[in-house]
Amino acid sequence: MQSASTDVAARAIGIIDQFKGKEGPLLPILHELQDEFGYVPQETLPLIAHALNISRAEVHGVFSFYHDYRDHPAGRHVLKLCRAEACQSMGGDALADRARQLLGIDWHGTTADGAVTLEPVYCLGLCACAPAAMLDGEVIGRLDADQLDEIAVEVRL
Amino acid sequence: MSLVHEIDYGTPASLSEKMVTLTIDGSEVTVPEGTSLMRAAMEAGIQVPKLCATDMVDAFGSCRLCLIEIEGRNGTPASCTTPAMEGLVVHTQTKRLKDIRKGVMELYISDHPLDCLTCAANGDCELQDMAGAVGLRDVRYGYEGDNHVFAKNEGVSNDRWMPKDESNPYFTYDPAKCIVCSRCVRACEEVQGTFALTIEGRGFSSRVSPGMHEHFLDSECVSCGACVQACPTATLTEKSVIQIGQPEHSKVTTCAYCGVGCSFKAEMRGEEVVRMVPYKDGKANRGHSCVKGRFAYGYSTHKDRILNPMVREKITDPWREVSWEEAYKHVANEFRRIQYQYGRNSVGGITSSRCTNEETFLVQKLIRAGFGNNNVDTCARVCHSPTGYGLKTTFGTSAGTQDFDSVEHTDVVMVIGANPTDGHPVFASRLKKRLRKGAKLIVVDPRRIDLVRSPHISAAQHLQLRPGTNVAVVTSLAHVIVTEGLFDEKFIRERCDWEEFQDWASFVSSPEHSPEAIEELTGVNPQTLREAARLFATGGNGAIYYGLGVTEHSQGSTTVMAIANLAMATGNIGRKGVGVNPLRGQNNVQGSCDMGSFPHELPGYRHVSDESTRDIFDKLWGVKIQDEPGLRIPNMLDAAVDGTFKGIYIQGEDILQSDPDTKHVAAGLEAMECVVVHDLFLNETANYAHVFLPGSTFLEKDGTFTNAERRINRVRKVMSPLNGYADWEVTQNLAKAMGLNWNYTHPSQVMDEIALTTPSFAGVTYDLLEKEGSVQWPCNEKAPLGTPIMHINGFARGKGKFIRTEYVATDERTGPRFPLLLTTGRILSQYNVGAQTRRTDNVMWHEEDRLEIHAHDAENRGIRDGDWVKINSRSGETTLRALITDRVSPGVVYTTFHHPTTQANVITTDFSDWATNCPEYKVTAVQVGASNGPSDWQVQYDEQARQSRRIKVLDAAE
Repeated sequence: MQSASTDVAARAIGIIDQFKGKEGPLLPILHELQDEFGYVPQETLPLIAHALNISRAEVHGVFSFYHDYRDHPAGRHVLKLCRAEACQSMGGDALADRARQLLGIDWHGTTADGAVTLEPVYCLGLCACAPAAMLDGEVIGRLDADQLDEIAVEVRL
Repeated sequence: MSLVHEIDYGTPASLSEKMVTLTIDGSEVTVPEGTSLMRAAMEAGIQVPKLCATDMVDAFGSCRLCLIEIEGRNGTPASCTTPAMEGLVVHTQTKRLKDIRKGVMELYISDHPLDCLTCAANGDCELQDMAGAVGLRDVRYGYEGDNHVFAKNEGVSNDRWMPKDESNPYFTYDPAKCIVCSRCVRACEEVQGTFALTIEGRGFSSRVSPGMHEHFLDSECVSCGACVQACPTATLTEKSVIQIGQPEHSKVTTCAYCGVGCSFKAEMRGEEVVRMVPYKDGKANRGHSCVKGRFAYGYSTHKDRILNPMVREKITDPWREVSWEEAYKHVANEFRRIQYQYGRNSVGGITSSRCTNEETFLVQKLIRAGFGNNNVDTCARVCHSPTGYGLKTTFGTSAGTQDFDSVEHTDVVMVIGANPTDGHPVFASRLKKRLRKGAKLIVVDPRRIDLVRSPHISAAQHLQLRPGTNVAVVTSLAHVIVTEGLFDEKFIRERCDWEEFQDWASFVSSPEHSPEAIEELTGVNPQTLREAARLFATGGNGAIYYGLGVTEHSQGSTTVMAIANLAMATGNIGRKGVGVNPLRGQNNVQGSCDMGSFPHELPGYRHVSDESTRDIFDKLWGVKIQDEPGLRIPNMLDAAVDGTFKGIYIQGEDILQSDPDTKHVAAGLEAMECVVVHDLFLNETANYAHVFLPGSTFLEKDGTFTNAERRINRVRKVMSPLNGYADWEVTQNLAKAMGLNWNYTHPSQVMDEIALTTPSFAGVTYDLLEKEGSVQWPCNEKAPLGTPIMHINGFARGKGKFIRTEYVATDERTGPRFPLLLTTGRILSQYNVGAQTRRTDNVMWHEEDRLEIHAHDAENRGIRDGDWVKINSRSGETTLRALITDRVSPGVVYTTFHHPTTQANVITTDFSDWATNCPEYKVTAVQVGASNGPSDWQVQYDEQARQSRRIKVLDAAE
């Protein structure tokens, strides 16, 4: 059996090879790695650097610029609450407090059972339907306390 | 004395020839199109406040301090990113601008420590200067909010705060002081080309990160210092500045490491060097540096330096300190005795490629006029003597054809047997910059050097040839060019002898020189070779850069001529962006050759058999110079073993470590009766010396060095010699003791004598160098300001000469006993035999020589990475640790020779270049096997060296 790290490297190299010929391949590779592993394993960054003939520093710079990329696994579900101005003005603050209370975690935290990770997000482009949220990639408009309570239960099932 | 001030124009100069005129603050200014408004203002003497701009890197427009207003345009654009245009009317100081700038500064300062008085950058901080410039009096935001400054905020640890990174031995990184201007990141990318730094995170979380949030030492950083130089605050600061304080005066001088010859400002406090800062007006380096020149000068005050002359009767005796007078008298008496006993030609000397032109000139003068023979040689014998021979034969001048600026106009670069990122790092940075702008690269090297592929550059072709087959490969490149009709007929007809070309063309065209025919011999894929040849011949301006991987072979001179053939056949000579460029190893190896250091040549490469040349010196010196060439270094050693050569004066060269076949060198030295070593340290050669004369460093004397582009650069004294005398004074005193009437009081008088006697230096004076900064020889009536590019309208020798270059395999061959080929080289942090760099913190990067071996060869021998291995050749054996890598091909191993404990030259053989005796360092057939530790020779040698370095302690009688 292959060791875990060789396995990660082999899968990563497969993804990198698939994208490295494309124009501006770095972001697509990072996306694909995150899709594959649920996060971007940090040991894959030097592999990307080598394949694209750029420095480790550059890959790290790009990776760390985007909050969407994570360097460790998230919970089974990811709940993002919009914290930007429009949503704040429509009661976002209260919802945010409620979410943290319900789940018993702070921003970027994951519940002890690994069920859900809570993240702030700055604008989902749904200002017209504020306050907005995103659960596992699905956007939710006009979020209210009841819906949030339901989500909190649902994600722990 | 004061600091040499350099103006920072904020953005790089525009190269446009079209000029535009605009008005800035009421003054009219005319600048090349494309110049930034910031630079245009500075040229008019108006300094726009700025933080993220500096003229070493492109404009970035992030600090928002350099805003200006333009009549008729909205807003307040950044002056660094706004180009000057005809007729603009610009204001750099208005109420609106003042308010914005003050507001921006308040934000900066609200997240910056207020420890100016105890800060290392106090007095040299652009943030401090800008706070002053914008009239900052108050920070409305306070300092209590979110910040990167304090480790704790109200007792709670501050996640944004990061501790200092002190991992690099020469500078510290203090993130608390960073204003995230990106100057360091851009300097690393644009100037150095390493891309080791980035800005991690975003917004308020942004910080500078080496590698992937690593320590500087663990990251890709090569410690060139460009980031430190670019930093406007104390975030990146030299540790020497932290320890000593800010410098108070500086002098421009020239680095004493490699042949690039970088200009530096030696920034001083009293006689103490605070730091070395690359000088922007330095025409070789254009404001850039590497880890050696920038930081590794600590050897000059190292405790190992010997400061008093020493004498001993036998080399097994301990050293006895003596007065200078006694030492001179001893040497003079011994040399006279030896000459009386064994004849005039029984003594000789070696000039140094590390010393100045003036010093070298004096040493050869001492030998020719004082010893009365031509037994003078220099370390160029073991490096670039084939360059001298090959280029003189084909072009008519023993030197490279271009200046370093030329690389900016090159379209195709061929690097043969050179590893610029390690050996000539500042040139490598300039080359990489050009490659990133689109020039193509061909690498001919047995190893996969960094240039073959590293961030943002890669070679179009890498001809990974077997060591020792250069001639076959270069001739085959010519084969493709000729047979495919890619040669430049017009150039050849105009500048060369057409008959000779045709003879050569028919030679290279023969089928045995085709890429397919030589594949088995060289290991180079024929298709790759053909593509490389086509690219070089048709890709535009083609320039060839080569190093010791070309010269240090039994056919070194042949390869140099093959390279010259290639350049002539493709018409790549005599203009910018082309040429044949030897990358000279040592700071003044070009100069030492120019100064008549060879036994057959008087200064200016004029043969000793030439009566009219001898006449010039005979008259001036009042002597009769011998008309026969003297002995070369290997001949001196052979003669010593034979008992006919008994005394030698060696200035600044460690032949025991650097010359091939160490055992033979040792035997030669051992057989002599008076070995005089003039050096900074008790080097390996000194173990066999009878007299030791302390030398001085480049910081302790005036003079000139000549770099690889024939550039004569000033070396300026910034401290008194610790040993009491500059090397030229020691040589002069020795000459006086031998009865010569020398009375130089300053090296400029020596240069005057050089100019008087040597046509290519006729126009060189210290006054001219003071005025011009530097000049490239020939510098004479025809070229009063020197010659950046040679052979412009024709070759120095008249017609360029094509020469047949038949490949002859070296006698050094692999076989069952010695199946691997060893080749040698150097590494970035270390220099030559390491006498200097090993005595600095550069050892942190390379504390021992390692043997690079391919995994395949290692596995066959049961060798794992890091194991001690024994390496032996026909000459000898040594041990070192293995480094398993795919940089070398199977069948090839590689090591460096920086450490005397390794004694890599115990293994190298006494085969040498057919024309010049340059040793064949680059090819030795060896066997490698597991080992338990040092070889018998290493143990024995260590013991001998230890014994030999004893210095008798004098009784403390006061």
